[in-house]
Amino acid sequence: MELLGLELLLQSMPQLVKGLIQTLMIACYSIIFSTIGGIVFGALQTIRLLWLNLLTRFYLELFRSIPILVWLFFVYFGLPLFFNVHLSSFACAVLVLSLWGITEIGEVARGAFQSIARGQSDAGRSIGLRTIQLYRYILFPQALRRMIPPSINVYTRIIKTTSLTVLIGVTEVVKAGQQIIERTGEAILIYGCLFFFYFLLCYPLSVLSRKLEKSII
Amino acid sequence: MKLDTAFMIDRIPDFIQAALLTTEIAAIVIAASLLLSSIYNVILYHRLPVLHTLVRVHVEIARNTPLLIQLFFLYFALPSLGIKLSNYDTAIIAMTFLGTGYLTEVIRSGIDAVPPGQEESGLAIGLSKAQLFRYIIFPQALRISTPALFANFIFLLKETTVVSAIAIPEILYTTTSYIALYYKTYEMLIMMAAIYLLLFLPLSFLLSWVERRYQHGTFGT
Repeated sequence: MELLGLELLLQSMPQLVKGLIQTLMIACYSIIFSTIGGIVFGALQTIRLLWLNLLTRFYLELFRSIPILVWLFFVYFGLPLFFNVHLSSFACAVLVLSLWGITEIGEVARGAFQSIARGQSDAGRSIGLRTIQLYRYILFPQALRRMIPPSINVYTRIIKTTSLTVLIGVTEVVKAGQQIIERTGEAILIYGCLFFFYFLLCYPLSVLSRKLEKSII
Repeated sequence: MKLDTAFMIDRIPDFIQAALLTTEIAAIVIAASLLLSSIYNVILYHRLPVLHTLVRVHVEIARNTPLLIQLFFLYFALPSLGIKLSNYDTAIIAMTFLGTGYLTEVIRSGIDAVPPGQEESGLAIGLSKAQLFRYIIFPQALRISTPALFANFIFLLKETTVVSAIAIPEILYTTTSYIALYYKTYEMLIMMAAIYLLLFLPLSFLLSWVERRYQHGTFGT
């Protein structure tokens, strides 16, 4: 019995790994887009301009108040209907996770920018830097250090959230697992394996984030 | 685009039902998680052997694996061990498993943030470790972690959407099943968005207010 399980696991490994690669690809794309977009979004939130603040606030609240799974369904079903845009489920997944990730990293970045002493930006202004230069050369390098630990936390959440994409039909690791279970009926083994995969991806990141947080403070 | 408004109005009672179910599940989960995570923190604070390790293992698994996998494991894998749960029970148990993991961490970091002088002066007036926790540390820790607790309550409320995957007729499931039944995709998507905004937007603003009042707390950590 024990041996049978192990054999099955070995046999299904290629399929699971194929799914896992899809999962990782969604996660990687989303993490990259969220990080770049989030830093810009965070910086925009710290600029005092009424129309800009209202706009960023609106975007933020949309993603803070509507759950991510709802966004996935909304984009997957809604884009073709409302805008006649047809995206693959993979593209929908990356799009939604990135848009959501931008708000999460954005909050992290905003906190980091705001935590930098006021004198820094005053000094930057007084030597005649423009806003973009001020952010690029003075604020961003200092904020980056403080952004890293909470950003890693957001990354683990993005990785965990990729599991939801199975519900809009992406053949990622959960789907691969379900297909194997349909064929063999070994639900415990496969779901145990999925637990292990996600834990293996997220736990080291959580530990790293905690370590960095302590070393920075 | 022509909207079938009559159809939408007819569906309002169903969506109210679904919203009530969402809030019911969230309320049970939040209450159960808060209770369990308080017990967990007693265990962590007193460093009870064995239990201490079990709590750490639970917290790390809950925080580092997706809710969907936890749900599917309970719902599809446990029956082959002879444990059969209804989808409602599965949803409550899985979400409490997740919520306890998150809230334990929140309260624990609140406990860490209580100034050490509090503990020392408690010991100096001769309180036992249990009394110290009960009367000095825990109440202050709860206050410190209030904004983070709030953020996590809202996080849990939003996570209820995931239980639609095991056919719990909450808002998302109601929407998708009506889309499948009647092909009223436009109408149902609009209603879903409206209901979620109505339900969660005020909470989101409440959260911002609580955060500003207490100036602490991070989302989902």
